[in-house]
Amino acid sequence: MEIQVNGQWREFPEGTTVAEVLDALGAARQGVAVALNGEVVRRGEWPDAVVPKGASVDVLTAVQGG
Amino acid sequence: MADMVQDGDQLVIGEYKLSSRLVIGTGGAANLAVLERALVASGTELTTVAMRRADAEGGSGVLELLRRLGIALLPNTAGCRTAAEAVLTARLAREALDTDLVKLEVHADDRTLLPDPLETLDAAEQLAADGFTVLVYTNDDPVLALRLEEAGCAAVMPLGAPIGTGLGIRNPHNIELIVSRASVPVILDAGIGTASDATLAMELGCDAVLLSTAVTRAADPEKMASAMRSAVIAGRLARGAGRVPQRFWAHASSPPR
Repeated sequence: MEIQVNGQWREFPEGTTVAEVLDALGAARQGVAVALNGEVVRRGEWPDAVVPKGASVDVLTAVQGG
Repeated sequence: MADMVQDGDQLVIGEYKLSSRLVIGTGGAANLAVLERALVASGTELTTVAMRRADAEGGSGVLELLRRLGIALLPNTAGCRTAAEAVLTARLAREALDTDLVKLEVHADDRTLLPDPLETLDAAEQLAADGFTVLVYTNDDPVLALRLEEAGCAAVMPLGAPIGTGLGIRNPHNIELIVSRASVPVILDAGIGTASDATLAMELGCDAVLLSTAVTRAADPEKMASAMRSAVIAGRLARGAGRVPQRFWAHASSPPR
């Protein structure tokens, strides 16, 4: 199935969790937050939160700015 | 000089207490080494960061720098155009950075980067209700500043001039009006170009100054950060000292013959 990760469509197996998307992205675990279809997924829920087909997952971190 | 002002003269924003009245933005610095020297020279205890999509390289290293320097994080919502975007960004920042502080900014367009008052007020109400300590970027509009305070903002941050322009404080009277009626801290945000602008903000009664471009894009960021530190302290002292009234005619300061 396809999932949109940080704006790019990528192929994942059915039943993929948020934690597995983070692994695939290679993103750091500290200092990041995840939105699934525009809703925050709390850190403790990452291993159990299943990403539905066609969902958008955004992984954000802090950068220089402001 | 710094100690004389800072002892017992803390900036209180919600439940946060700060000895420095200079908030620095991290945007625009050439690299992290330059940023580090400027932050240290500024004496700041609160510094903004932006939230962006993470890539595999894992961020820019600014978080590690700020944690090492013991500077509190103030995540912003820069780049958001609607209340909904700003609320989501603030919630992501809270989750990522473990802070309830947020610099709420909702820009109307890229050319002016002026705050959209309607979206800003909407987002402020939602974030305050959700338990955030909201520091809100706003126009220098005394009416809107009060409305944002009523919405639950912990500090209001009127602009001196549009972001990055260095035009200084274009409407000092409006800033004084905002200060005269606010019961939360007023932080002059955006438009500061040089040290005298920061001093003026404090002389007008602002509780603190937030700036980034003026320091990070100065020819010597570390030296300008040091100037800003002194400027904010000087303005705070002058405000407290009570300036002489302005007069039209001369008034001799030596005794008559």
